[in-house]
This record gives sequence, C-alpha cells and structure tokens, in this order.
Amino acid sequence: MYRLAIKMLMGDRLKYFGLLAGMSFAAMMIAQQASIFVGLISQTGTFIRGLPYVDLWVMDEQVRFSEDQQPLPDTALPRVRGIEGVEWASPMFKGWLPARLPDGTRLNAIVVGIDDATLIGGPLAMHEGTLEDLRRDDAILIHYKEAGTKLKLEKAGGRTLRIGDRISLNDHDAFVAATFDSDPSFFWDPVIYTTYSRAVQFSPPQRNLMHYVLVKLKPGADLEEVRAHIERATPYKALTQDEFIALTRDFIAEKTGILINFGIAIGLGFFVGMLVTGQTFFNFTLDNLRYFAAIKAMGASSWMLIRMVMLQVLVAATLSLGIGLGIAALMGQQLKETDLAFLMPWQVPALTAASLLFISLLAGGLSLIKVLRLEPGVVFKG
Amino acid sequence: MTTPHSNNTATIPPGNTRAAPQGNSVAVRCRNLTKTYGSGDAAVRALRGVDLDVQRGEMLMLVGPSGCGKTTLISVVAGVLDRDEGECAVLGQDLASLNSSQKAAFRAKNVGFVFQSFNLIPTLSIAENVAVPLLINRVPRKEAIARGAEILAKVGLGDRTKSLPTKLSGGQQQRVAIARALVHSPKLLVCDEPTSALDHKTGQKVMELLRGIAMGGDLSLIVVTHDQRIFEFADRIAEMDDGRIERVTTGQGHAIAAAAL
Repeated sequence: MYRLAIKMLMGDRLKYFGLLAGMSFAAMMIAQQASIFVGLISQTGTFIRGLPYVDLWVMDEQVRFSEDQQPLPDTALPRVRGIEGVEWASPMFKGWLPARLPDGTRLNAIVVGIDDATLIGGPLAMHEGTLEDLRRDDAILIHYKEAGTKLKLEKAGGRTLRIGDRISLNDHDAFVAATFDSDPSFFWDPVIYTTYSRAVQFSPPQRNLMHYVLVKLKPGADLEEVRAHIERATPYKALTQDEFIALTRDFIAEKTGILINFGIAIGLGFFVGMLVTGQTFFNFTLDNLRYFAAIKAMGASSWMLIRMVMLQVLVAATLSLGIGLGIAALMGQQLKETDLAFLMPWQVPALTAASLLFISLLAGGLSLIKVLRLEPGVVFKG
Repeated sequence: MTTPHSNNTATIPPGNTRAAPQGNSVAVRCRNLTKTYGSGDAAVRALRGVDLDVQRGEMLMLVGPSGCGKTTLISVVAGVLDRDEGECAVLGQDLASLNSSQKAAFRAKNVGFVFQSFNLIPTLSIAENVAVPLLINRVPRKEAIARGAEILAKVGLGDRTKSLPTKLSGGQQQRVAIARALVHSPKLLVCDEPTSALDHKTGQKVMELLRGIAMGGDLSLIVVTHDQRIFEFADRIAEMDDGRIERVTTGQGHAIAAAAL
C-alpha cells in the first residue's frame, strides 16, 4: 500500500507541487534565517579567530567583548612575560580612532596596533604588499574589500582607497602601505593595522593604552597552569581563543538583541511554515478523504492508514527539506562574495530537519485525526 | 429470505417465495436490527427492527425511497457501521463480537464494495486501483497488480490496465469498481446504487456483468438501487420504508441466470 500512498501523494502534480512549495518555503525560511544568525554570531569572533597561534589573551578583568576598551598598564607586559611557561608575550592596541580620508570624509576606524619588533598580531593573509610594509614611516594596512566599501572615497567619485593614499588618524598622517584580507567582521567600522608604538602615538594621550597581551606558551607548558599563574600573579584575566570568542558572542547576543530578533525571525519562519504546511497537507488529506474512506471500508486497518499518511508526510517533508536547504544554501553561496553574514554548519540543517519533521508530523497528525475519525460508512453517501 | 418477526417483518407475497438459488446456506442473517442516529429530539431511527436473510449465491436488491434506511442497512451488514440492537451474522460471523481491527480484517477478506461514485483513486492506474483490496490483504504488489490486470480482462478492460480512471467513461469506471470489488474473491458484494451514475444502456451492461458474476459461485450480492429498470436482475427484491423491510418479492434474476446457463 505504501507505493500507492506515494502515488496518491505525487499523482496530482498541481497539488503535490503546491505542497512541496509550501513545505520547501518553510524549510528555506528556517534554514536561511538560522544561517544568517549563525553567520552574524560567527563574525563576532572574526578578529580573535584571525590569530590562531595565540594561546592566551590577557586582558582587563572587566573586558566584555573583543572591542571593549579596557586598557592595561604598560607593566602588564613584563609581568606576563615573566611568568613561567610563557614563550612570548606581545602587546596589542585596539581602539576606535577618528579618521579622515583624502576626500575629507570623516569616520571612525578600529585601529589595531601590533608589536613593532615582531609584528605579532598582524593579519594572517595579505592581499597586496606584505606585513613588513608596516615598518615604513607612518604605515598602515587596510582591508582590501573595505578599501572599496567602508573606506571608499565618496566625495571623490567613489574611488577605492588604495596603496599610497594618505589618511589622517586622529590628526596624525598615515600612509596606506599594503592591503590585507580577512573574514568579514561583525563590527561595522573599518579595521586599520599599524604598529603598537604608532597606534599609541595616534591615540589621544592616556595613561594606559595596551588593550591585550597576546601569549604563546612554551612547548609542553600546561595551559591551565599558566593561566592560573597569570591570574594569580596579575589582576588580569587570561582567556583562550574559544573562551574569548564565546565571551564576545554572548555579550553581543545579549546586549544587541540580535538573539531575540533572529529568534523571532526563525520563530516566524517556523510558524509560517507550520501554517503553510499544516494547511496544505490538511487540504491534501481532505481532498483524498473519500478515497481513504473507501480504503478503510475495504478493510484497511487504522494502523495501515496511519502509516500511509505518515509516509506521505515524511516523503513530502524529506523532499521539501532538500529543496528548502538547497535554496538556502544557494542563497548563501550568492552572499559569499559580499560582507553579508551566512554560515550553515551542520546544526542548521539538523535544526531545519527537526523543525520540518515536527511541523510535518503535526500536520500529518491533524490530518490523521480526520482520517481515523472517518466513518467508513460515508463512502455509501455518494 | 426474510423471517417473520413482529410488526416489522417483511411480507412475502404468496407464490413469490422460493428457495435460495445456491444451496440453503445463509450468507447474511439479521434479526430485529435497530440503528438510531443522534439523540433526543434530533434522533433519527434509521432501522426499526429489520429482519433479513440473504442466501449464498443470491442477488438481493434493496429498494425504497431516500432516507428509508437502505444505506444504513448495507453499512451494518457490510460491517462498516455498528448496529444499536438486534443480531447480524455475516457469513456465520456475529459482527458485534469483533473489535474494529477484526471487523476491518473481516471486511478485507470477505466483503467487496461497489460505490455509487466509484471512489476510484484518480492518481492510480486502474490496475492499481483494482489491486487495492489485495494490497490491503498483504498480497505482494506485483502479484496484486497482475491479478488486478487479469480481472480487468474479465470485465473487458484488459487493454486499459495502465489508464487512469479519469480517462475512462462512467460505465468503464464502474466496471473497474466491480473488478476491484471482486479481485480478492469476497463472499459478499455490497453495491450502492451501481447504476445511478450511468445511462440506461450502460447500467444494463453493468447489471448483466454483476448478474453473470452472481450466477456462478456462492457469492452473495446486496444491491441498493432506485433504478426500477434493473429490478429484473434481482433474485429477490426487498422493499424498505421508514426503517423497515415492508415487502420481499421475487425478481427475474434467477430466470435470467438460468437462461444464460
């Protein structure tokens, strides 16, 4: 009977495609919204993830996320360097500075100052030029994509900021020496790399200007021991990459309302999907009710009818899941070349599958109530 | 044949009674059947104490005005509706003693249905439609389709097995429905207005087909109809009114069958 159930499902092309369209739309909505949410949340850790060789990030204990400006005193660096198990420790400046582009456009930029001597903390991938170009006078690095977007010279015909251009950072002259590449960031302001000493120079006078101490452990050193040692010997906290990413992610999710907003969007996708799927499948069952009644009269057990309807539901759900996920993935592929966030880890298809399964079983269950309550005698009523 | 029972007993006109055409065994035996829909002021007494016997191999027609209880009676006899009171044994089985699963299994094995509106599943080929009762009885699909095709050949549709029902005329669809009702060799065939959706000529052909089927073995047919033009095919005609069988008369069906033989 199961092949016949499938043929009943697929036989009426118009209704079948209508059913698939409704369910695929639900799957696509859930997967797409969830992927954008995951993508956005993932982007909050882009900067931290860009320094995979750093074992510990040492920071003020009140730092809440990666862009939080809670500077440490200069003494933090030698104190951390002196701790057993630390192979090297490197200073990092990270803060917002006002910038003025060659065409006069004013904006804020996230300036990252990295160790002058070693250039530890710089971007992993360069687009044009090298990291060593930072050693040139007044040199800065800009993101090659941001050069044509966030740093675009709007008042100069929309020209891309390019190597050789000079910009002003907090009224200090800076020279674009090279461009780098990195994953898109959650934060909206352009990122500019320079050396630590230059960043301090660009920055308004302030007692403390070191925001992080990047730590690499000696081979064989126990991370927990070193971390405990740092936290005992200094008033600072030391986080691993994953911990720092989680801290940033949780803060942004909580404080920006992104979690609630996307939760609502995903919930709406789920709800709309449930309505569309439920109504479409329920109508499909209603259209076939007289045939189910005939089959029931001919001796099909309730269990057989349950299996037939559930098989129809599951086949429609599986196909719709594939179509919906496929469309969502294609949309994600199209977004790949943009800065828009889209990330589909395995949890997203799993969540979508679970949601669609729930929606489908609910729709199938509602339809089944109608089928199971059906008096087979109705088949004699014409 | 009917058995006298209180005021609701069917009246058998003298001279019209006769023995069952195929042996003496009774396929359906109902006594004092009652069935009421709803309750209180809205209660509708569809059956008011019906007595009815249907012999094996007999074609019995149930006739009467709309709302007289014909459909309710065949629903009870076919095991798709529970009676309120009385007794009803079908093929020796008291249906009231079965639970719904057992009743479904009983129907699957023993009862064939021909519906007024055919109820052929439009997305299945006619061979697949005919195979449905076999599939319900867990016959493997290939075998069920093959047997469906065989019986379709017997009703003159052997060359249309892969057609969809919507591609057939009304008469052809009813022949498919008859094939579906017979494919699992039931002992009781219940037909609800089998000719009402057909023109006279096609209706006659369908009845000839049913009559031919009833002629051979011990299959019993109960045919609900308003169509007086097909009364001649019945062995007996039970006239119902207001939830009772008022009269049972002998039809020409046996003579037709005998002439055909």
